[in-house]
Amino acid sequence: MLKIEPRKEPSRVMLYATPFLAVLFTIVAGFILFSLLDKNPATATYLIFISPLTSLYTITELLVKATPLILIAIGLAVGFRAGVWNIGAEGQFTMGALAGGAMALALYEVEGLWVLPLVCLAGALGGMAWAAIPAFLRTRLNTNEILVSLMLVYVATLLLGMLVHGPLRDPDGFNFPESRLFHDAATLPALVAGTRAHVGFLVAIIAVIVAWILLRSHMIGFQIKVVGQAPRAARFAGFSSPRIVWFCFMISGALAGLAGIFEATGPVGQLVPALPVGYGFTAIIVAFLGRLHPLGILAGGLLLALTYIGGEAAQISMSLPSATVQVFQGMLLFFLLATDILVNYRVSWIASGRRPAKTALQQPAE
Amino acid sequence: MTISKSLKAAGIAVFAAMLGAAGAVAQDKTKVGFVYVGPIGDHGWTYQHHKGLEAVEAEFGDKVETTYVENVSEGPDAERVIQQLAQQGNDIIFTTSFGFMNPTIKVAKRFPDVKFEHATGFKKADNVSIYNTRFYQGRYIVGQIAGKMTKTNTIGYIASFPIPEVVMGINATYLGAKSVNPDIKIKVIWVSTWFDPGKEADAAKALVDQGSDILMQHTDSPAAIQLAEQEGIYAIGQASDMKTFGPNAQLTSLIDDWAPYYVERVKAVIDGTWETSDIWGGLANGMLKMAPYSDKLPEDVIALAKEMEEKIKSGEFHPFTGPLNKQDGTQFLADGEVISDEVLLGMNFYVEGIEGSLPK
Amino acid sequence: MDLIVNIVLGIIVAATPLVFASIGELVVEKSGVLNLGVEGMMIIGAIAGFAGTIETGSFMVGILAAIIAGAAVALLFAVLTQTLLANQVATGLALTLFGLGLAALIGQSYSGKSAPDFPKLNIPGLTDLPIIGPLIFGQDGLVYLSFALVAGVAWVLTRTRTGLIIRAIGENHDAAHAIGYPVVAYRYATLLFGGACAGLGGAYLSIVQTPLWVENMTAGRGWIALALVVFAAWRPWRSLLGAYLFGGITIIQLHSQALGLQVEPQILAMLPYLATIIVLVLISYDKAKARLNAPANLGKTFFAST
Repeated sequence: MLKIEPRKEPSRVMLYATPFLAVLFTIVAGFILFSLLDKNPATATYLIFISPLTSLYTITELLVKATPLILIAIGLAVGFRAGVWNIGAEGQFTMGALAGGAMALALYEVEGLWVLPLVCLAGALGGMAWAAIPAFLRTRLNTNEILVSLMLVYVATLLLGMLVHGPLRDPDGFNFPESRLFHDAATLPALVAGTRAHVGFLVAIIAVIVAWILLRSHMIGFQIKVVGQAPRAARFAGFSSPRIVWFCFMISGALAGLAGIFEATGPVGQLVPALPVGYGFTAIIVAFLGRLHPLGILAGGLLLALTYIGGEAAQISMSLPSATVQVFQGMLLFFLLATDILVNYRVSWIASGRRPAKTALQQPAE
Repeated sequence: MTISKSLKAAGIAVFAAMLGAAGAVAQDKTKVGFVYVGPIGDHGWTYQHHKGLEAVEAEFGDKVETTYVENVSEGPDAERVIQQLAQQGNDIIFTTSFGFMNPTIKVAKRFPDVKFEHATGFKKADNVSIYNTRFYQGRYIVGQIAGKMTKTNTIGYIASFPIPEVVMGINATYLGAKSVNPDIKIKVIWVSTWFDPGKEADAAKALVDQGSDILMQHTDSPAAIQLAEQEGIYAIGQASDMKTFGPNAQLTSLIDDWAPYYVERVKAVIDGTWETSDIWGGLANGMLKMAPYSDKLPEDVIALAKEMEEKIKSGEFHPFTGPLNKQDGTQFLADGEVISDEVLLGMNFYVEGIEGSLPK
Repeated sequence: MDLIVNIVLGIIVAATPLVFASIGELVVEKSGVLNLGVEGMMIIGAIAGFAGTIETGSFMVGILAAIIAGAAVALLFAVLTQTLLANQVATGLALTLFGLGLAALIGQSYSGKSAPDFPKLNIPGLTDLPIIGPLIFGQDGLVYLSFALVAGVAWVLTRTRTGLIIRAIGENHDAAHAIGYPVVAYRYATLLFGGACAGLGGAYLSIVQTPLWVENMTAGRGWIALALVVFAAWRPWRSLLGAYLFGGITIIQLHSQALGLQVEPQILAMLPYLATIIVLVLISYDKAKARLNAPANLGKTFFAST
């Protein structure tokens, strides 16, 4: 029978080996899938995993795609560690774009280096304001934050649609539901000129580093860990659980809001109803792929972005239906999650009959 | 902005080199790219564009190579997909949804030798043409049919979003119906989505419950037709022929037929005669077609519809001809005056007689 | 009066898929597992149900196919989270992604087809009664099944030993394990049940509500079903109420537009979500009561260390 035994501490080897193992499994499963669809599996695999890395343009696009994923996932990971389940980052992303975008439109044709920071600040505040609703309801009225934050995603999307159809509409745009293109002063500078990679990626890197330091060495990192893993102990130690909840929501709201306004003032350059494309949800997967660790999230965000860009390339070059790419991504995630067990547990086959030795170990943290 | 400027010089050189490499690939086939907003399987908007792609393949065979990307969101991903298609050496790229307008213009600037064709927008460039169909022409005709066929004098209309395209459709339907039935009323439900079969069916049901006995829609799924079939009432199809979903219910359908246009434009690229154009087609050039009229329609109604089709085709009649008032009673077209395309393209008001307010 | 009856009939159709999906997820969550993949399981059920019906011409086969397909993808979730101890939130989201893609892939050859009308109950005499006739004696079989299912779940959870074990496992899997209950086996079972229910809910969309197949046709209903479970404070009858409330607001906002109510459609579309939040706040305001129902071990990974 299959014997699963917890390790005393997570296996370093497995920590680094499992992602490669998962990619390997996905490639094998992908070979079967693509063969069933009569598509050349080797070409498809090459297109999805390698081709995006072969040109400057696709590499910069990889950064464009990874930036919001990393930013949002960092904020979410802080919350998830503390047991704060903000599932509605997508809504905070949308509200960030909306608040920041409204600011950019209000300052239309205003020049000045201060415009962009102000717009980004409005974006972060917009995300925080939206995150404050579930934070308030959870800390004051004991309402489940998973549900509230999720419901608010739909509300935010509809609100964006309503305002872009109405007051924020481009006055010269034949009443089409789009805002004006943002003025230069409210456009995010490009990282590599001529491409869409923007300074938001640098902000994401900074967020990774700050989060890493914070969670590793700062008192608040310790409190988050204790509140998440042993709420009772945290109470005895005098840590304020509501304060941690607020802290987590504000961090993730601000980062999601920033991601939203970066998306609006960077690659898109205007407010459009289709601005939210699910980064807030995908970022949840990224957070877990990265095992809630900032560096892991950086890697996870880049990997998922890779499959998106590569999936498009496969669609273009070999008319792979977009659904195939979704299935492929789903499989990759399944394998990553499945192989995760090797990090914290030792898995082996043993002859049945013998009961495993009793261990006094606590269940390892996820 | 100084960061971006200083980086620009360095970046452009690299970028130009990259583009040069992509463009240098020799090719004899003409490559044609399509960007779709939905899945081909939507049986509506995207499905019809894909039929256009198939027509291009059928017409030119080995001389062309087609590529399409489906399910492209109108957000940040659109620009990349269009850019990728251009980079892969497509000679002409059709971007088939309004939301692709600014991304198309942006990419077109970087690829002056590639031809772009953007559907339903209003921004042109040296290498960007725009094309659209006058759906309202067909809507006027189905309005007349509905006006004749309704027993409850109530048309049920499922609308997506209050953009000019949709608003002019509602107005044209009402004017058509009113021209044959002075007591006609039109009930509009905005579902705030282009595509949600369940919600469209719910809306259709609500309209039927409130007395509508003929349904039409400006959303993309065949759910409303199906519901009409179940309820034993009539409906008008949208985008494609939806007869399979309501063999008894569908009286006719407004069919977007992009095939002739796509064939023509690809031919122009092959012949080297492509020029920027601004086509707002319709019944006259075959971009809009009426599905075969149902045998449930009395002969005089079919005759009326066919006659109106001819009149609109020949330009003898325009659905928006004065005197016409806005909903609030102010006149916007004097007696005999025909609406300008500009007013039509930005239409954000109901005509007089329609009840309820238009969402802003 | 007819209008009101018709509105209620509309609400029943809109609510039934939500009833199925949420009652399944409720049982799953009662056993302490959070499966966020409801949307993915629903869409798989939708295509399986539609394909089964079209291929064989039999609704029974279609419904069975949906149940089996929903349970099959739930099995995937069970293996990952129960045997391989993967994180439930991430696995659930991955399941949604996977389900939407797989359904679209299978469904390619089914777009543009139309299933026949699903039969409704018709008891001469009874169904013709005014008002209660169409409401009580004129529904399709799945509506009756949805009520029976809720009643069954309520009974099992509160009145049977099985229900007691499920709840015990959801409250404290370590204690339940110590007593000797097979935690993992029970969770496999509840997950399969939840998948089957979600599949059934999806099939209701594709063979009853709109008898056709189009990609993404569940359009977020799986997420609503998840919300309803929390909204219901994990009580079966309340989840039914929630589904009808949600369906009710959806239908009534559509009707209010047709009646000429002058409100932005987007605001109306927001109503069901806002109402869910408000009701949720009201329900959970009383801390002690709210705690009583939420399974304490919801979403936590169980590992039998002894």
